[in-house]
Order: sequence, then C-alpha cells, then structure tokens
Amino acid sequence: MENLLIIILVLMIIAALVSIHAKDLISAIIAQGFVGYGLVICFLLLKAPELALVQIVLETVTLIIILAVVCDSTMKEIGEPISKRDIFTYTLSFVLVAIFLFYFNKAIVGLNPFGEHTLRMSEMYVKEVLEFTGSANLVKGVLWDFRGLDTLGEATVLFTAAMGVLVILRISGKKQQLTKK
Amino acid sequence: MTLYILCFILFLIGIYGVLTRRNLIKIVISLTIMEFSVFLMLVLIGYISGGLAPLVVHPEGADISVVDPLPQTLVLTAAVIAVATNSMMLALAIRLYKKYGTFDIRKINELKG
Repeated sequence: MENLLIIILVLMIIAALVSIHAKDLISAIIAQGFVGYGLVICFLLLKAPELALVQIVLETVTLIIILAVVCDSTMKEIGEPISKRDIFTYTLSFVLVAIFLFYFNKAIVGLNPFGEHTLRMSEMYVKEVLEFTGSANLVKGVLWDFRGLDTLGEATVLFTAAMGVLVILRISGKKQQLTKK
Repeated sequence: MTLYILCFILFLIGIYGVLTRRNLIKIVISLTIMEFSVFLMLVLIGYISGGLAPLVVHPEGADISVVDPLPQTLVLTAAVIAVATNSMMLALAIRLYKKYGTFDIRKINELKG
C-alpha cells in the first residue's frame, strides 16, 4: 500500500508542476483538479473515509468557483519575456526552498516512521467515545462533542468569510451611488 | 520517510508557485496545493499500519486497532476553512480584474495612484 501511495504522490507532484507552468488557465485548473482528486484517493488508502467524502465535495466546489471566475474574465496566461524582477523572484524562491529543506531535514528526525504512530491523547477518545457521546463514528464524536468549541470557531470563520465575499462582490458601493445622484 | 519527503516536495512546489507566478489565479492554485500537502502530511502522521477506519464496529472487542481520529478531525475542520478563504481570495481576484482588466500583479501594482 505504501508503494501505491508513493505512485499517487509522484503523479500529484507532476500534476502540480503542470498546473503551475500551464500555458492557459483552463488546463491549470484541470491539473489542480487532478491534485485534489489524487488527495481523495490518498485519504481513502489512509483509512479516512470521512475526509475523502468531504474532500470530493470541497474540491468540486473549488473547481466550479475557479472556473466561474476564469470564464467571467480571461483564460489567457500572461506570457512575457523574463525580466530582472523574474530573476530576483526565482532566486528568492530557490533560497526559501533550500532553507525549508534544511529545517525539514532537522524536524523529520523527531517524527515516528510511517505507520508506527503512537496514540497519546486520542487513546481516551478511542476507548470512551461510545460511552460518552453515543456515536459509533469516532471522527464525528470528537468533532461535535469533545472538540465542539473548535467546531463553533470553525463556523464563525466560515460565517466571516461568507460575509467578506458578500462585501467584496457588492456591485455598487455607497460612494458611487451618492456621486450618481 | 519517503512519503513524508514527497509530501514536503508538494509543499515546496506550492511555495515556488506563489513566489514566481504573476497571474492571480495561479497564485490561488499554488496556495491550494500547499493546503493539500499540509492536510496529507497530518493524515500521514496519524496512520497506524494495519489499523482500521475510525469506526466502532465491535464495541466488545477492544483489541481492534484504529487509526488516530484526532488528525482527521482537525483536517476536516481545516479543509472547510481553506475553501472559505479560497473563495474569498477569488472574489478579490475578480474584483481586481473588473477594475484593472488584467490578472497580472505587476500591472495592478503599476496602475496605483
């Protein structure tokens, strides 16, 4: 199963590179969809069916929103020759990548090898979820009962983001209406 | 270990895209890729080989090992918020396009004032 995961991850990396270097935006969006649905398969292999279901829905919604934005504006990618600022951003990104790789190599020593995770805090959840919450689904039991306040905070962030989108996309502001009169 | 490294490479590709692309839509796509890699990393850490999906199928049998439910819960929370922030970024992008007629961040920068 680990080999299958490695194959899917390599395909996801290739799709991400294709998406970033695509010549027009529609193919970039399609390649990004490949990465998202590859993530769904990874979740299924890692025994997380809940997450796979949620990810399918969210990925589809994201793709539809990006496609709507692109269809409403332009599908062309900006193609201009490499300037001085491009060289600066490329070198900056490679330096950042090197720094991140250095610290990741230091941090990976402290991680357990793949598949040998030890339950620490969730041992209590696994043992007592049926008794405390009556839910046969551990993820839902933790999400709605043991960590219910976290979920409340998530709902708040979601509400704030929806209000932000509404405010940004309002067709005419107050100032414009005043000047028209 | 190979899986962790590959997952981190996906994250680095996201950083590279955010820093070098000039199209707003591509920057949003790169941020989405970074989010995906973080979700995958958390779920990878919580996996136990031979473990079942976190469901209570046999309440009496205590010996059955399940994968860690806590990272999955946190990723479930984070995934929903990620989509909300992405839609907000896209709303900003379409607003900027309506004002300036381009997705190029440099042209938008030059037109200020």
